[in-house]
Amino acid sequence: MRKLLAILAVAVIALSLGAVALAQDDVVEIEYWQYNFGARVDAMNMLIEQFHEENPGIRVVHNSDIPYADFRTEIAASAPAGVGPDIVTLYFGWIIAFVDAGYLVPLPEEPFSEAFIRETFSPMVANSKYLGEYWTVPTAVRSLALFWNKDIFAEAGLDPESPPQTLEEFQEIALATTQYGDGGQDVLNVTQQGFSPTMQGQIHHWFRDVLIRQYGGQSYSDDGRTVMYNSEAGCEAFRWVTEFELEHVTGSFDIMDGSTNAFVNGDVALHVDGSFRVGTIRNNNPDLNYGVAELPVGPNGENHTFGSYWTHGLTRRAASDPARMEAAIKFLEFITTPEAGALWVSIVGELPAQLESASDEMLLADPILGPFSAGLEYASATFFVDESAQRQVMLDAYDFVRLGGMDVCDALDEAAALEQELLDDFWAERE
Amino acid sequence: MQTVTPSNLFKDQARATAVGRGRGDKKYRIFSYLVLTLIVITITIPFMWMISTSFKPESEILRRNLFPVKPTMDNYSEVITETELPIWYKNSLIVAMICTISVAFFDSLAGFVFAKYQFPGKRFIFIAFLASLMVPTEMLLIPWFIMSSNPPIPVGGTWVDTYWGIAFPGVITAAGIFLMRQFMQGVPDELLDAGRIDGVSEFGLYWRIAVPLSLPAIGALSIFTFLGNWNAFIWPLIATSRSEMFTLPVGIQQFSSEADTPWNLIMTGASLSVLPLMIVVIIFQRYIIEGIALTGLKG
Amino acid sequence: MIVQSKPKRNGFFHWTVARRKVLWAYIFLAIPIVFFAYIRIYPAFFAFQMSLYDYNPLAAEQPYVGLENYEDLWKELNKRRSVTKAAFQNTVNYVLLGVPIQLCLALAVALMLNEIRFLSTPYRILFFLPYVTSTIAIAWVFRMLYQPQFGFFNVMLQLLSLPQQPFLNSPQQALPSVLALVVWQGMGFSVIIFLAGLKQIPRTYYEAAEVDGASRWHTFRYITLPLLNPSIVFLLVLQTISFLRMFAPVVAMTVQGQGGPLDATTTVVLRVYREAFQSFNMGYASAMTVVLFVVILIVTIIQLRFTTRSIN
Repeated sequence: MRKLLAILAVAVIALSLGAVALAQDDVVEIEYWQYNFGARVDAMNMLIEQFHEENPGIRVVHNSDIPYADFRTEIAASAPAGVGPDIVTLYFGWIIAFVDAGYLVPLPEEPFSEAFIRETFSPMVANSKYLGEYWTVPTAVRSLALFWNKDIFAEAGLDPESPPQTLEEFQEIALATTQYGDGGQDVLNVTQQGFSPTMQGQIHHWFRDVLIRQYGGQSYSDDGRTVMYNSEAGCEAFRWVTEFELEHVTGSFDIMDGSTNAFVNGDVALHVDGSFRVGTIRNNNPDLNYGVAELPVGPNGENHTFGSYWTHGLTRRAASDPARMEAAIKFLEFITTPEAGALWVSIVGELPAQLESASDEMLLADPILGPFSAGLEYASATFFVDESAQRQVMLDAYDFVRLGGMDVCDALDEAAALEQELLDDFWAERE
Repeated sequence: MQTVTPSNLFKDQARATAVGRGRGDKKYRIFSYLVLTLIVITITIPFMWMISTSFKPESEILRRNLFPVKPTMDNYSEVITETELPIWYKNSLIVAMICTISVAFFDSLAGFVFAKYQFPGKRFIFIAFLASLMVPTEMLLIPWFIMSSNPPIPVGGTWVDTYWGIAFPGVITAAGIFLMRQFMQGVPDELLDAGRIDGVSEFGLYWRIAVPLSLPAIGALSIFTFLGNWNAFIWPLIATSRSEMFTLPVGIQQFSSEADTPWNLIMTGASLSVLPLMIVVIIFQRYIIEGIALTGLKG
Repeated sequence: MIVQSKPKRNGFFHWTVARRKVLWAYIFLAIPIVFFAYIRIYPAFFAFQMSLYDYNPLAAEQPYVGLENYEDLWKELNKRRSVTKAAFQNTVNYVLLGVPIQLCLALAVALMLNEIRFLSTPYRILFFLPYVTSTIAIAWVFRMLYQPQFGFFNVMLQLLSLPQQPFLNSPQQALPSVLALVVWQGMGFSVIIFLAGLKQIPRTYYEAAEVDGASRWHTFRYITLPLLNPSIVFLLVLQTISFLRMFAPVVAMTVQGQGGPLDATTTVVLRVYREAFQSFNMGYASAMTVVLFVVILIVTIIQLRFTTRSIN
């Protein structure tokens, strides 16, 4: 018994000493979370290192172990226990859900005033405004561009240095570069794909936010509350996309696991994707001889591209403690400066979100990043109320045509009805 | 129903089946062999494909050949050195071991108590345990998830991404307790009473008399528990978020990303996850088959 | 239980044997009782409770909404087209297709295995091996076998000069394709149960049948099948429940685990998973699990009714 008491006493003393030691340590610790994506993790580690040097009183714990698929689940797991990030990086299409749950807090007026954000960041960052407040700001943004395989171009007798400028040229080249095995023009017989419309990748964005506009239509009403892609322009654009697989048989998602994988492996001539794919190619197939160009112009002669971004918000947890909140704001400010954006583009290949860095001469002249950067001027993003559901509607519309043999216009009508229902439900709960 | 013990269940199988049936017997048997062989071949195709692909170089993956033209061990070395598969292997092993040891001990102990002790509330407790079998685990996933993120004993924060967090739903099983109770009923009371007279403690009775007599059943239960936890998917998927805590099935599922489905690595990982168990099963097949038959018969 | 001798003193070591046994019983059961109460029983009630709330783990407060989640579910099920509706329909299809196929095939195999002596053990092991494999691992293998362009099945079809099939890429063929994996994997288990059941049938019945000159079909129809009834009912219920809980094969075999194409393979549990852990509608997802629970409960009650009926 005496022994036990002695042990207890020692334990109590040790604990209280520890507590004193902690109390004397004035370092504020904040937690930052992003999902696991090699280059982004490296870039953020560099930014954190710089931040630590400038702010010895703040320590940022960087959690980047969580894979993309589990990222939101893990955040949800941390929330009930009152742990988790003070600053979190989310896809812009997810913000609504996190704001509605009260998980994010609005950005403070100082330093993130509306005027400041409008002046400093790319116009697409306006998608972070919801219910009259700004909730997040990004370090970097992305746009879509055209990737082409120069070797395949050369083999087909095309100039490997001149990518298609228009949608007609795009189609011609796709047809010219497709090769079949012995069995004739059948999807399962394609040995080299000219273009594979993989909706699961970025093609649903290309269709919804680029092609429809280029065909003179509009995907949504200006206030974002009404679906408008089931129009004549929408039909035409959708027919143009679906015909690659169904009429011209230039490729399909069913063969070689979709276009992204196949393009990286050198089996596809034309591919539409974001700048983040540059890193994938660098890692998986550094020998790929490819080029990047701006997306082809449409029938109306206009340039369009889809912009998207991962963006940083402050959480309820940060707001619960003034010291942590102050530190978190400082950190958020630090990682969204033009300098941070410049560092980011050099490591990750995502474009700086700040107008100042994005219009950098060097960047625009870069053969790979230049076209993405040029696209930022005319990039637009959809305001998603439920990104996953809205994406699925598009994927299903394509499958209705491809697998169900549905007419393109009917498929779009169906998709529009479903998505309109989503939007109506969403806004009905908020009015 | 008569008491079935694992040892007598399959012993005279061959004899029992060979009941003399004169006419048409031979024809029927040949027919049986033909059909069974056909089905057995169908059953082995996926295994053959899996193993064959795991030896294919990357350039042959998307080709139509069944067997590798140039067999290679590259996939194995890549999986072992460049992916986290060895860690997932270790995690699966740890989780399955935690559950197996715990189930073998607690289920047999509880089975022993329900078989050999009289105490107030026994019926109620037993039925309450069994009633839990009626609730599908899917219904408990969400509460478990909430509990793990805000646990009663917050050792190091949450249970998410800990071995305990993955293992806890499976450390005691109602079916196992039921099975062990059926078995322990066969332990003679005289032996236990004789032990008590000799001054053996109650735990000693369990540990030194009941357990040795029920080893075959505990063995079968342990193998099943191990298999079940080794292959478990939905809860480990929810309970882990960091790749260094994945179990094998979760890890294999995550091999494929938006941009890439590395078939050769997936097939290699699948081979590595499936083959050792198959060898264990072939060695212990008697226990396993009898164990299934028993759980099945007792429902 | 009768405890007659009165304890002379209240000290632990002077308790009667019977009382000490009671005490030890409780001590031995302490951890299992805590486990079941806290890990199995309480969460079941918690799930019921959650289904009455708009439960979102990201939010600081969880508003009570009564039966709204159930109403929403009902609305979804009555829509012309919705993922939830597809999930419930598919799950019913999995059960209605999968259970009979699984049982008939397993019964046929068991009867044949019961007949042969040579190679009997290796065959049994081979039939059983798929059962011990990881569903996820083997589902990926099947996914590759089904791959339209280079997968084994289409290679075989081509060798036999038969038309190529899309399998998992077709809304019509995807569900049966997933089902094939489940049957492949689960058959060994059912075969073992049937073999054990067959062994329980007294040999004298067959001998009597033979004396009577009964045909093979008659023997099967009037002896084997009725006497196998407990095994059949047991498997019927077990397989029904396991098909109702389909999840892993669909996640591994469909693109991005979405249950496609066009929701053709999605299941109730996959919906629960997505709603709860990807959309954070945990109240709504809980309501779905409660419905699943009720369905499984009904199936189980029907089982109890059948099995308690005596068989002659």
